[in-house]
Amino acid sequence: MVTSSNLVFLIALPLFSAGLLLLLGRIADKWGHIFATLISASVFVIGLIEFFAMQGRDGEARAATQKIFEWISVGSFHVDASLLLDQLSICFVLLISGVGTLIHIYSIAYMSHDHDRRRFFAYLNLFIAAMLLLVLGDSYLNLYVGWEGVGLASYLLIGFWNQKPAYATAAKKAFVANRVGDVGLSLAIMIAFTQFGTVTFAGVKESASGASAGALTAIGAMLLLAAAGKSAQFPLQSWLGDAMAGPTPVSALIHAATMVTAGVYLITRSNFIFDASPTAQLMVVCVGAITLLFGALIGTAKDDIKKALAASTMSQIGYMILATGLGPVGYAFAIMHLLTHGFFKAGMFLGAGSVMHGMNDEVNMRRYGAIGKVMPITAATFGLGYLAILGVPPFAGFYSKDKIIETAFNAGGTEGILLGGATLLGAAITAFYMTRVIVLTFTGTKRWDENAHPHESPFLMWAPMAVLAVGSVASGFLLSSGSALVNWLQPVVNEHHEHHAEEFLPPMVVSAMALAVVALGVAFAVLKYRTVPIVAPENVSAFTKAARKDLYQDSFNEAVFMRPGQKLTSGLVRTDNKVIDGLVRMVGWVIQTCASSLRIIQNGYVRSYALIMVFGVLALVTAVWMVTL
Amino acid sequence: MDISNYIYLSALLFTIGAIGVVVRRNAIVVFMCVELMLNAANLAFVTFSRVHGNLDGQVASFFTMVVAACEVVVGLAIIVTIYRSRRSASVDDASLLKR
Amino acid sequence: MANLALEVGRTLQPEAVMFWILAPIAVAAALGMLFVKKAVHSALLLAWVMITLAIFYIAQDALFLGIVQVVVYTGAVMMLFLFILMLVGVDSSDSLVENIRGQRPASIVAAIGLGGLIISLISRATLGVETVGLQDANSAGNVQALAQALFTQYVWAFEVISALLITAALGAMVLAHSTSTKSRTAQRDQSIARFRGASLATAAGLPGSGVYARHNAVDVPALLPDGSPAPTSVSATLDARGDMLSSKPFELEAKEVEED
Repeated sequence: MVTSSNLVFLIALPLFSAGLLLLLGRIADKWGHIFATLISASVFVIGLIEFFAMQGRDGEARAATQKIFEWISVGSFHVDASLLLDQLSICFVLLISGVGTLIHIYSIAYMSHDHDRRRFFAYLNLFIAAMLLLVLGDSYLNLYVGWEGVGLASYLLIGFWNQKPAYATAAKKAFVANRVGDVGLSLAIMIAFTQFGTVTFAGVKESASGASAGALTAIGAMLLLAAAGKSAQFPLQSWLGDAMAGPTPVSALIHAATMVTAGVYLITRSNFIFDASPTAQLMVVCVGAITLLFGALIGTAKDDIKKALAASTMSQIGYMILATGLGPVGYAFAIMHLLTHGFFKAGMFLGAGSVMHGMNDEVNMRRYGAIGKVMPITAATFGLGYLAILGVPPFAGFYSKDKIIETAFNAGGTEGILLGGATLLGAAITAFYMTRVIVLTFTGTKRWDENAHPHESPFLMWAPMAVLAVGSVASGFLLSSGSALVNWLQPVVNEHHEHHAEEFLPPMVVSAMALAVVALGVAFAVLKYRTVPIVAPENVSAFTKAARKDLYQDSFNEAVFMRPGQKLTSGLVRTDNKVIDGLVRMVGWVIQTCASSLRIIQNGYVRSYALIMVFGVLALVTAVWMVTL
Repeated sequence: MDISNYIYLSALLFTIGAIGVVVRRNAIVVFMCVELMLNAANLAFVTFSRVHGNLDGQVASFFTMVVAACEVVVGLAIIVTIYRSRRSASVDDASLLKR
Repeated sequence: MANLALEVGRTLQPEAVMFWILAPIAVAAALGMLFVKKAVHSALLLAWVMITLAIFYIAQDALFLGIVQVVVYTGAVMMLFLFILMLVGVDSSDSLVENIRGQRPASIVAAIGLGGLIISLISRATLGVETVGLQDANSAGNVQALAQALFTQYVWAFEVISALLITAALGAMVLAHSTSTKSRTAQRDQSIARFRGASLATAAGLPGSGVYARHNAVDVPALLPDGSPAPTSVSATLDARGDMLSSKPFELEAKEVEED
């Protein structure tokens, strides 16, 4: 472990830039976007420098720390605002700043017609700062600050076009759903503090081995709740679809590549807790498995290209969560899938943004069709991302997703078969809905609006897409060749070099099965969408209807939480109006009544007052008279 | 005759003065009634001075007269001012506190 | 008087006679103050009460106070009252109809209660000393003795009360003083106003009233050269009162003029 003084700049630079751009206001309109992009790029450069410095050190000594200041010191409770850059963090730092920079570049062109572009870039930089704090914090409390910071940035960016009430509502929905998860995180921190007396990762890790199973399970469950909120996992996934109200670069950066994977990071970072609590691990895999199918099913019915991709994100993060629940072996694959997913999903989102850019912000895929001809670069990059998410060799997804499927099968026994089956089924459905997206968007017949004149996006937009496409092609191979990432992460997530002794199925067989179901899904989608009606058909199966409605998650939330909450609130308001205000008004009424009856005495006549004085004297004299009797 | 009769007379005059203040409406008459009360008190002072055989009572009575003179001067000035603005010397007309 | 009465000793016979004559008159005058309608009568009755009291003071060896009572009170203060009464309107009689509900009965109750209680208290009170009389205290003369007390023992109170008196005098001046809101119109201003007026007909001043041998003519309009009367020549007050006479009897008859 070494000390590095550069780490603080990773956070301070974008934070400074965000504050500067927000405070300067319109003065910075001309250069704000370029400034923010340069800051983001410089953060990436610092990340690279740190990465290479880290490679120069040996395994255990690779982590670097920096204490910024002493934050809290109350009795025995000490928290420093200090940063920790280890093998896990650096992956995120490079992903966040790298993809972040690309999306900054993309946004320069994408947001060029928006007169609030500077504010947008300020928020983006704020997000980068918060997200880096999240992954660099060396304690749960530091992480929590970043956690809330990304929540804030996400809220601001989803509601960036808050002049539309629906978008503002979507931002609020995301914020509230995130808040449920945040409560989980804060509870986890509090339990950790009461149990271990410390909230640093190192401290908790040290104490976790001797802790009671109940406490660990409680912390694990609360951390899972937090992860579910931030990463849109069941049962808190409902906000992600609506979060697509934000500008597309935001969807790509925050709601596909980075912020929504914070849950995966949290669980991976807390591996010592989950490894010590099989119950918590079981909960994690269950949530992951449910969400990956849930998201995939929703994805099959969405006509909005961004919502289809959002459902896909939900599903892919389900894969990652599932992988993290599989123990020490799974973490590395979860992170690998996270990184590859960061490339191909961000690429596809940017592609979707590019299509929307050319189609007057039309998002309904039923109005697309045959765009591949007019937007070849977008189609090509999107297609590479598509192949990556399907898991077609040798694209990125093949290396990451197949490893997860394989590890799921290797979990052993009935659990292994169930999880493996779920991941395979998920892969098939993924193939179906992604093919549906491709077919509806890029091939087939033109179903455009008359006013639409699709054209290829400018260089600033397609260049980042191209870079990300390269990532979707090569990242899987690079990360897995010679188990590069697995070995790299080993000191953090798998200290004891665990691996499954027996293989349920040989890797080749798993890959073959995965490819087979993918092929099935693709074929089914191609056959089903040879013709596409412009208006979504009404007479569809109950299943499709359910999927269109996000499998009734919103209805459930509304019926179970929202309406009783509203009833409770209105009841409280009524109580406040009638009882509390009634009491207050009664006090006033009593005083008023007393006053108006006493007011009669005050008739304004001096003589009356004099008479009252005379009576006072009379009373006095009477008293004297009585006393001297 | 008993000297205490002076005291009874003083008490009677004082009471009559007090009632006059309460009953009469003309501010000047009210003032005169106040003067009557002061005079009644003076009578008691003088009588007690005689009973005790020293002049403290008379000195007090003297001071009362001076104070009464001051009061009359200021009070009549107030009455004149009120009369000037309200064209009335009735104490009932100056009842603005009512509303 | 009963045994419990204020045991202060007895007076000589002449003083008793004087008391029993004057005291009822004083009480009657005081009561009269309450019942007479006119404020002036009240003032006169009060003056009478004060003079009675002055006699009582002198009878009780308070010569100086008695004189002061007459000179300052009855003389100066009561004159001040009368001045103010004149200022306010000597004719303004007080309506004796009560307009505050319950004031009069309550006052009667208070009067009987207060008077009864005080007299009852006095009758029960004891002083425990015999009347000393002021023969010793006044041995050097009442005025000298009082001066001795005022300028030695009570000198501080005397100074304070003099300050009070000066303050009261100043206060009365401030209160009674009224500043006029606009400067008085001088002859010059009137002249300017006449020339600035709408019509220059009266710029030279209003015509004088008619002057005739048979009448002093202040209330008769003058005749203009054409023989018509000029009402503006008579004071507006007389006109408003209805005292303006007609100038008809004094007009020359036109025919006579022609015949001449």
